[in-house]
Amino acid sequence: MTLTASAPTSAPAPTRPRRTWVGALIGACLVALVGVSLFVGVSDVSPLSLLTGGPDSSAAYLLVASRIPRTLAAILVGASLGIAGLIMQMLVRNRFVEPGTTGVSEFATLGMLVTIVFWPGMAVVGKMGVAAVFGLVGTWVFLRVVRAVPVRQLVLVPLVGIMLGGVVGAVTTFFAYRLDLLQSLGQWAQGSFATVMQGRYEMLWVAGVMVVVAWFAADRFSVIGMGEEFATNLGLDYRRVVAVGMVIVAVITAAVLVTAGMIPFLGLVVPNVVSLIIGDNVRRSIPWVAGLGAVFVVGCDIVARVVRFPYEIPLSVIVGIVGALLFLWLLLRRRSRAH
Amino acid sequence: MLTETAPAPSARVVALWRRPSARLSLLVAAVLALIATYLFTDVPGSLAFALKVRGLSVLAMVVVATAVGVSTVIFHTLTQNRILTPSIMGFDAFYVLISTIVVFFFGSASFLRMDALTLWAVQLVVMVAFSVVLFTWMFGGKRRSIHLMLLVGIVLGTFFRSFTEWMQRMLDPLDFQVLSDAMFASLTRPDETLLLLTAILVAAACAAVVPLLRTLDVLTLGEPAAVGLGVNHRRVVMALFGIVSVMVAASTALVGPILFFGLIVANLAYSYAGTFRHAWTLPTAALLGVVCLLGGQLVLEQIFAFGGSLSMVIEFAGGLFFLFLVLRKGAR
Repeated sequence: MTLTASAPTSAPAPTRPRRTWVGALIGACLVALVGVSLFVGVSDVSPLSLLTGGPDSSAAYLLVASRIPRTLAAILVGASLGIAGLIMQMLVRNRFVEPGTTGVSEFATLGMLVTIVFWPGMAVVGKMGVAAVFGLVGTWVFLRVVRAVPVRQLVLVPLVGIMLGGVVGAVTTFFAYRLDLLQSLGQWAQGSFATVMQGRYEMLWVAGVMVVVAWFAADRFSVIGMGEEFATNLGLDYRRVVAVGMVIVAVITAAVLVTAGMIPFLGLVVPNVVSLIIGDNVRRSIPWVAGLGAVFVVGCDIVARVVRFPYEIPLSVIVGIVGALLFLWLLLRRRSRAH
Repeated sequence: MLTETAPAPSARVVALWRRPSARLSLLVAAVLALIATYLFTDVPGSLAFALKVRGLSVLAMVVVATAVGVSTVIFHTLTQNRILTPSIMGFDAFYVLISTIVVFFFGSASFLRMDALTLWAVQLVVMVAFSVVLFTWMFGGKRRSIHLMLLVGIVLGTFFRSFTEWMQRMLDPLDFQVLSDAMFASLTRPDETLLLLTAILVAAACAAVVPLLRTLDVLTLGEPAAVGLGVNHRRVVMALFGIVSVMVAASTALVGPILFFGLIVANLAYSYAGTFRHAWTLPTAALLGVVCLLGGQLVLEQIFAFGGSLSMVIEFAGGLFFLFLVLRKGAR
């Protein structure tokens, strides 16, 4: 992985092996975890109870109404947040950014607050739309502020983003506090799949569509990652590709926020780990990032459900612990070059 | 400030204004005036009762301002920078984590059975020991970039907070109640015993700093120069980190985390004091802290009729100020 500030995307490295077996391993992990996720929970749902109970049993109902939606939601969240982080990293040309370290999540949360205050009865699609617009504004503000960072310092960029998020978060908290909405906002913002059931996760398919869009545009993002001049020389409409990337990131952030809440560090850690394994070619790494993100979230969700059985711990807590440790490792790994 | 309003400031006033002692006296006068205003404005009922209640919150603010201001300035000197603070480094999150771990493993029963003083002492000793280890790890070895340390600190803070939340979710409700009562006292309605303990502790920590004032000035020159001038660098730095830990732990336990407060106060103090000598910057930081807390509270209560949201205002203003500092630092 090239961790230099100027070029996170080195040319597709021919020396890297294809590592198909690692990809197969991720796929196998995902299948195994999905199996566990479907059959772990307070009520008894096991393959045996499904067989003996027949298609109309309570076990089958539970599977369709709760377990399958929840597992699908976890997969979609993991895959799309990983992609959002990957694209953000290409746009800013910095390894250490993701929606959570750039203030985009906080802007989207502010959008949520606005809908709660002004249009409390709004449908979830509308809430998501408003949150996405705010997320878009947040991405734009962040890109502007980063442009003001004169020297391309590697760790300064996420630092500025986190502080930007802090300032916006303070505004949100202030109004939520004044309007007595702190608690309901807290429930929205805390990352968890506890309330995900049939009819309450479908918004995430929008995030799934964004993953597909990202896949189609993958090569363009690779080129964007090499810088504006380089991209323009190759005949690419730089601004348009950046705009597409911003929309993808904002919509994914908003969709995840509306259904599952804020999930820290995911978009940061997953693309970095993938880059360590197979390098920086976006077209090749997109399925890896999506797969690994899904494995990560499904796994953390299982831990969140099991560790204090029969109660649940919010997913964001587990992801926060694991993700923070991984991020620290990424930061301090190359201490000699970090300055 | 004062001289600007005069059309032609006489040379004498300017000369007086250059002296740190004059600036500090002016600040002391401002603080006294603020305290008097706070105590005596709009007394609804019995004066004695109001004075007692308000006196306690003034004391809380003075204690917190002193602890945060003094510890941040010392921390800046030790780490040789002006944008890190113990809070931003995830320090108070760490304190909450330690208290949670104590309750988690020993239960609130032991928490309650021990008298407040013992518990206080145990927590502080654990806290100071751990933080000295943490600081040695982060600042003891090879010199790393300030921005990297800052990012590491912020991520560590997130880690501590997530871990704390996890443990708190595992606690039974009674234990949790005891813990949150112990963790979140308010700035305007502090717990009396806890406040007095904190005040004594912060006063003791300040007294411990006094003989080290000149050593601190020498430390400003950097480690090689300080060692050359005969400072036992390692020992002094560890002692000072210990003092910083005590102050931060004490103020966090009293009013909870105030992330950006120390940053604002310390940087204001450097420009207001007009000198980097700690004999002047430390009291200036503490007094400016009182001005910010008390003045901010007065403005919020009297003009906007809000209560209790001062920390959010500080967070907002402090965040913007921090961005400004970081971006300007990046420019250089």
